[in-house]
Amino acid sequence: MSKPNLQLDENGRLRHFLTIEGLNYQILTDILDAAESFSGITEQTVKKVPLLRGKTIVNLFFEASTRTRTTFELAAKRLSADVLNINVEASSTVKGESLLDTLRNLEAMHCDMFVVRHTSSGAAHFIASHVQPHISVINAGDGRHAHPTQAMLDMFTIRRTKGSDFGRLRVAIVGDIMHSRVARSQIHALNLLNTGEIRVIAPKTLIPDHARSLGIHVFHDLEKGIQDVDVIIMLRLQNERMQGALLPSEHEYFHLFGLTRERLEKAKPDVTVMHPGPINRGVEMESTVADGPHSVILEQVTHGIAVRMAVMSLCMRSQMGNQ
Amino acid sequence: MSLTDDNIDALVDVMVDKLRLEIKNRPLPDPAMVGIHTGGVWIAERLHQRLGIKLPLGNLDISFYRDDFTRIGMNPQVRPSELPFPVDDRHIILVDDVLHTGRTARAAMNELFDYGRPASITLAVLVERSGRELPVYAGIVGRSIDLGTNEHVKLSGPDPLELQIQKTA
Repeated sequence: MSKPNLQLDENGRLRHFLTIEGLNYQILTDILDAAESFSGITEQTVKKVPLLRGKTIVNLFFEASTRTRTTFELAAKRLSADVLNINVEASSTVKGESLLDTLRNLEAMHCDMFVVRHTSSGAAHFIASHVQPHISVINAGDGRHAHPTQAMLDMFTIRRTKGSDFGRLRVAIVGDIMHSRVARSQIHALNLLNTGEIRVIAPKTLIPDHARSLGIHVFHDLEKGIQDVDVIIMLRLQNERMQGALLPSEHEYFHLFGLTRERLEKAKPDVTVMHPGPINRGVEMESTVADGPHSVILEQVTHGIAVRMAVMSLCMRSQMGNQ
Repeated sequence: MSLTDDNIDALVDVMVDKLRLEIKNRPLPDPAMVGIHTGGVWIAERLHQRLGIKLPLGNLDISFYRDDFTRIGMNPQVRPSELPFPVDDRHIILVDDVLHTGRTARAAMNELFDYGRPASITLAVLVERSGRELPVYAGIVGRSIDLGTNEHVKLSGPDPLELQIQKTA
């Protein structure tokens, strides 16, 4: 599906950030380490470092997003880059020519990085293979394919709460695996970081056929699936991506797969509950869990800024080294 | 040439004496000390203990503030800076191992100002060598050395501390 080497320069360093696939343990650890350093900046009175001063970063969003776009924007600003937000009305297909025209125009304005979100799988990859060599492309979510910065902020959150030895951990991803680019990226990242056991828990209709080939354990019963896990990642039920009758109703889904305080007791006592947002309260989980002591949902948002700063500056590093 | 632990202790002694006088005469009431990664922190740890400074020792990693990021890029293993005290209105003793071009001290001062507005900053270095490229001055110096542009001073440590002067062709 994707040429992994497009993301790396001739020295094996990150040049674009399109998908977790084709990366390695060291690159993922570098991103997490850099994010750790950047998270200290929020303690400064002036929450900014001059690292990307004079660089222009374009948030090119072909699909609606608030959290992802604002954290990318904030990350760029904390690196002292100039930020341009462009929201393009989503069209159902990548119209090759018009998209390329948009790109050429932005290149003519001397931009240095594109952060791309698109409804079509492969859009960020398409853009990365057509931009001028000095431009970096970061995938902020493409169709059902990948959302690698979300996966990395989740890895960062796990490392912050559980320590850096992923080999000890049992992680469960619950919900709509089928339509979730987040889940796909998370599974690749958890595998690269040598996670002890990865479980996915979902109705049969929401798990793709190839799931087992990703080295994961599949469960269709929430209470069995979360038994003794260290981390539970809840996914959003993607109503807008759902075609046909994959689920009887939201109410039915909550009845079978909704995370309640009572069900949470099956997991380890110090279990961490995550959700990429936005939460459908009363569908994926009840409020007492979302707002409860095990939840790190708001920490995930905070970590998103540091992780995106790390990805941006590591990609730019490679670009600058080539000048 | 090489200076090992013993000799470095002597240079640290010189710095301690000068700093005691400076703190008393300027005066620098209730100062805070900040070491610059990595060598500066090793020296600062010794000075901090010997001078009995009450505020916990701070440390800065100035990687995000370097002026050569566009040329050499970023090392992901940047340690988070820690300033465990309010910088506002504080007298700060900034410690580094070697003062050469002055660019590191410039970057460290920029970073300090992103934490607040200090009352004063005093730069204390183990070795001051020739080759300044910016108007930066160390108030406290362990030792001054005149070196050519092809000569480099490097402090290795932390145990033992060793100062080496290397020549490149």
